[in-house]
Amino acid sequence: MSTAALAITDLRKTYSNGVEALKGISLIVEQGDFFALLGPNGAGKSTLIGSICTLVTPSSGSIRVFGHDLATERETALGCIGVVPQELNFNQFEKPFDIVVNQAGFYGIARNEAKVRAEKYLRQLSLWDKAHTISRTLSGGMKRRLMIARAMVHEPRLLILDEPTAGVDIEIRRSMWQFVSEINRAGTTVVLTTHYLEEAEQLCRNIAIVDRGRIVENTSMRNLLSQLDRETFVLDLVAPCNSIPDSVGVHLRRIDETTLEVDVPKGTELNRLFADLTSAGIHVRSLRNKSNRLEELFLGLVERNQTAPAKGAAA
Amino acid sequence: MNAAGNWVALKTIAGREVHRILRIWGQTLVPPAITMTLYFVIFGKMIGGRIGAMDGFPYIDFIVPGLIMMSVIQNSYGNIVSSFFGSKFQRYVEEMLVAPTPNWVILTGYVAGAVLRGLMVGAIVLAVAMCFTSVRLHHPLITLATLLLTAVVFAFAGFINAMYARKFDDIAIVPTFVLTPLTYLGGVFYSVGLLPPFWEYVSHFNPILYMVSAFRYGLLGVSDVAIGTAMSLMLVFAILLGAFCMHLLRRGTGLRS
Repeated sequence: MSTAALAITDLRKTYSNGVEALKGISLIVEQGDFFALLGPNGAGKSTLIGSICTLVTPSSGSIRVFGHDLATERETALGCIGVVPQELNFNQFEKPFDIVVNQAGFYGIARNEAKVRAEKYLRQLSLWDKAHTISRTLSGGMKRRLMIARAMVHEPRLLILDEPTAGVDIEIRRSMWQFVSEINRAGTTVVLTTHYLEEAEQLCRNIAIVDRGRIVENTSMRNLLSQLDRETFVLDLVAPCNSIPDSVGVHLRRIDETTLEVDVPKGTELNRLFADLTSAGIHVRSLRNKSNRLEELFLGLVERNQTAPAKGAAA
Repeated sequence: MNAAGNWVALKTIAGREVHRILRIWGQTLVPPAITMTLYFVIFGKMIGGRIGAMDGFPYIDFIVPGLIMMSVIQNSYGNIVSSFFGSKFQRYVEEMLVAPTPNWVILTGYVAGAVLRGLMVGAIVLAVAMCFTSVRLHHPLITLATLLLTAVVFAFAGFINAMYARKFDDIAIVPTFVLTPLTYLGGVFYSVGLLPPFWEYVSHFNPILYMVSAFRYGLLGVSDVAIGTAMSLMLVFAILLGAFCMHLLRRGTGLRS
């Protein structure tokens, strides 16, 4: 069995103001994984990521990156990690090309090689035409992509993305995910935090949900989604429907006059549903599965954790 | 990282500092030239002519070493404090903190940038001085050693200020309320031998007196203090402040939570 890309054991962090941000996090991310780290605001995700990239000093516990202990083999471990932080953290008065080349320098990559890599990643992230303009003038999406190029320049084996698509339009988001998926396929392990849960559902193979400094779920995406006992379908109608007839034996919600939502137990035959709808005079033009399945589970898990503080405290 | 990697990282940090100094030359290199020209015109030519000789030298010759030293002190300190605090404020210091760059490389890179700015400005002030008087060089080695040690000491001091600073006010307080008074009272414009015995004694607690005096010895061959004492003190200050900078970096003061 290969060494885990990231192995966190009983990580705790109490800030000087007494806030206990991490309460014993243990986590394994296997090599090559695309791992989602989800949680509500203030759950401890950023403290966890800060601890992995040494910007936060843990109170106790250990972090190993590809087998290298961050406390005792700091330089080797850090050399394996690339980080795209949540907040912009580059010199806004420098040019993207210089920012990426300098970052390579901090990893000891010679300048000639750094220039080649900077061009490669700026091109891949569609930033080459802006490589020599002051980065302050870049759009929000470009700044995010610049941080990805910067994180990639030393070609890390583990890429950590902390809400990289926050505030980015859908087109740029898609191109960013295409890039990250490609490097994941090429062998880079990716850890992602995001508030766009459909992104995590589509991209990630394994998932951990953090709440109040604890892991409340850590499993494969497939396992997590299989916990859903109901499915939600969106029905686009042929003709407007002003009221929902009682004769249909399932719970229908009216979204607008030509759209209904229906929750059905998993595995239900849909022929019966269509027969009931037809007999009620409702004709369906098309049907799609609602894509917020992870969101429902996420909210359920967080809600459960927050209503059971005693159980959580004992964990 | 290996030695070659550390060398690349060091060149990257120092190179970025030099690039910054040259990019904003209107803020970094021009103001000292203007200020020092005014000092030479007003104190050297207009008032100095009436003061007469000081320690056996025309007054304008006497103040040249002090004014060069004042520029080196202010600029090496000012460069590192504004640059490092700026990197904290804009958070791009994290670029280095998340990389395997050792702490000593980060410190050396920033200090190299500060020393270079101190030397650049020192050279500019020297060039300005040469427009007003002929500059002698009594002891080149002591001149160079004093210049470098002073720049290093104040680069370390500025780095410590930047590590603790949380807002821009914090990087203005020390230069305004500590550095400037100590520099002016450190024998830039006068020989401390002119002071009453009590104040002459008190002046010897001012570290800048030793730097200015050693540099004046290097250029003119006269000094208010023993050269051996001055050089030893500067060396001790450099070692102590450098060690404290490394301690703060290891602890992550102001950088890591």
